[in-house]
Amino acid sequence: MRVGLFVPCYVDQFYPNAAISTLNLLKKLGVDVYYPQNQTCCGQPMANSGYEHLTKNCNSLFIENFAEFDYVVSPSGSCVLHVKDHLHDDKREEDALKVRCKVYELVEFLTDILKVKEISASFPFKVGLHQSCHGQRGLHLSSMTELVDVPFSKPLQLLNQVKGIEMIELTRPDECCGFGGTFCVAEEAVSAKMGKDRVEDHLLNGAEYITAADMSCLMHMEGILKRQNSKVKVLHIAEILNAES
Amino acid sequence: MDKLNTLKHSELSDLFNKDEERVNWHDDTLWWIRAKRDKAAHGISEWELLRETASQIKNNVLSNLYNYLIEFESKAQANGIKVHWAANAEEHNKIVLSLLQSKGINQMVKSKSMLTEECHLNQYLEDNGIDVIDSDLGERIVQLAKEPPSHIVLPCIHKKKEEIGQIFHENLGTEAGVSDPQILTETARIHLRETFLTRKSALTGVNFAIAETGEFVVCTNEGNADMGAHLADIHIACMGIEKIIPKKKHLSVFLRLLTRSATGQPITTYSSHFKKPRKGQEMHIVLVDNGRSIQLGREDFRNSLKCIRCGACMNTCPVYRRSGGHSYHNAIAGPIGAILAPNLDMKEYADLPFASTLCGSCTNVCPVKIDIHDQLYKWRQVIVKEGNTTVAKTIAMKVMDFTLSSPTRFKLAGKIGRWTLKHAPFTVNNQFNLWFKNREMPEAPKESFSEWYKRNNTEK
Repeated sequence: MRVGLFVPCYVDQFYPNAAISTLNLLKKLGVDVYYPQNQTCCGQPMANSGYEHLTKNCNSLFIENFAEFDYVVSPSGSCVLHVKDHLHDDKREEDALKVRCKVYELVEFLTDILKVKEISASFPFKVGLHQSCHGQRGLHLSSMTELVDVPFSKPLQLLNQVKGIEMIELTRPDECCGFGGTFCVAEEAVSAKMGKDRVEDHLLNGAEYITAADMSCLMHMEGILKRQNSKVKVLHIAEILNAES
Repeated sequence: MDKLNTLKHSELSDLFNKDEERVNWHDDTLWWIRAKRDKAAHGISEWELLRETASQIKNNVLSNLYNYLIEFESKAQANGIKVHWAANAEEHNKIVLSLLQSKGINQMVKSKSMLTEECHLNQYLEDNGIDVIDSDLGERIVQLAKEPPSHIVLPCIHKKKEEIGQIFHENLGTEAGVSDPQILTETARIHLRETFLTRKSALTGVNFAIAETGEFVVCTNEGNADMGAHLADIHIACMGIEKIIPKKKHLSVFLRLLTRSATGQPITTYSSHFKKPRKGQEMHIVLVDNGRSIQLGREDFRNSLKCIRCGACMNTCPVYRRSGGHSYHNAIAGPIGAILAPNLDMKEYADLPFASTLCGSCTNVCPVKIDIHDQLYKWRQVIVKEGNTTVAKTIAMKVMDFTLSSPTRFKLAGKIGRWTLKHAPFTVNNQFNLWFKNREMPEAPKESFSEWYKRNNTEK
């Protein structure tokens, strides 16, 4: 099984540790994982802004980089959802379809494909789990408070295997952080307020760390935390699943 | 108000957010209703089946709308109801006015109807010398405040009780400073009772119109639709053509969903069936298109017409809760308003589909399973393609495409960006950067992941 690692553009540039942890975690679990060097972005920033027609080059590049692999894995639910829903290529539509079917967000790859039952990690801290919307409502990484459904959570299923970790409960378990791509500047006032409110929920419930399966939400909340000079830090779920103490 | 009318959602939200305490209060109030909705939904084990059933019934209606409308018309006529057809808002308003004028009536009592808000009927009637009193308490309050409703189910949810006390003091003569809900409600009751007893004409909305029987159903909690209609000589009911349901037996599905989704109640206090005029009364139905046929023809957006106006998508929307209904500058606010409005005027409402993070909560609470957040995404594409965007945004997107299309350019741009953040932060951390207004920029690492990978995997 050959796995291609897709590292979203902003993770590559600003959060290399999240990507390094993802790579190391996959290796630790015995996965034959490669990082194609010519990858850039899934094209979501343009598409969500109404410019999906400008994502053709990104799409072709994505297929070029990842068509050869058995699975494509990425530490971002949002980018994976975008690829799943919108990756097309007039010249290689069959390959596009194949990629759409084999792209996985890291957590679901661990729980559904690798069926990981034991994680050798230790993280003795109080952690709040942010349910990133695209991972949760888009990829169904966990049940949603709006739906009448059997409760489940793939991220928690993994986090609960980490030694010493204490997961905190949130007052609003699955409210959006307000990042929303270009929404964060186009609708600055509401976006920032949503971010502040989300962070507040974690702080009030005693989180020392906030984690998620999406770095973009964490980047947003980190920006708010730092502005408030808070000691609380954000970590991608891969960094916790890979933490040794 | 004129200046406010020209502002876009982001600007109106910015104004709303100047008072953070108020935003918190607004958010908490609506979240409380969302939580009540959750509790009501979770109390019914077959909830998701109900939603699916309602969705299928509405899909059937949209696919057979013509036939159901014709069936409804003939059944209603057979019951003694007069049926009128209006292609647009203007025709609708003219029909209502001419009905009133034919009876020499210049005063009307009206229960809640979002359709008449959409058609701006109140203003039109007022301009033509008709005095309209809204009898839904929330609507009456915003009417006295000379504001449009901010929510389709809870029209004055943006007003605190102290503000309502002040409005009542100025308009209905309550003592200054009184904000006790019991006293205010009693005052409204007395005021409206006088209205009900003296008005000769009543206008109501329609929640459901049943093709099989030619009757229509109006749901209220206050009984105000009944009070108005039962005492008036002429009852005019206005409905969008999508309000049709095929058979009476389908009604139970919708009645179980409607109020649980809206406020968490099991059912509205009054679900009133109007089938034929009482002796000596005239009953009219105005069937209004106003863009609905066009929306029906838009494959990606047609199922927005399944909407039963419960407002659940507003209560759950994290943006709506923090921007207020008026920020949508449209009769119908929130996520559903944002997918309906561009159909009516794409240029005027080009901003609305962008007033969302696409979190998807709206789609999950929708009792008739409208794929609201997917439609928001699709509207964005249509709006940009039709040219309703700015040159600056188009240039920015083209630059982004140019950069991300080439691994070399992307790596170089990333390097320059990180270097700038590290060595010349003032060029980024300033007033021109909207992110920076309330958030710190991420720290620039000394190497990107791809640089790290290259250094550590030289053998590959």
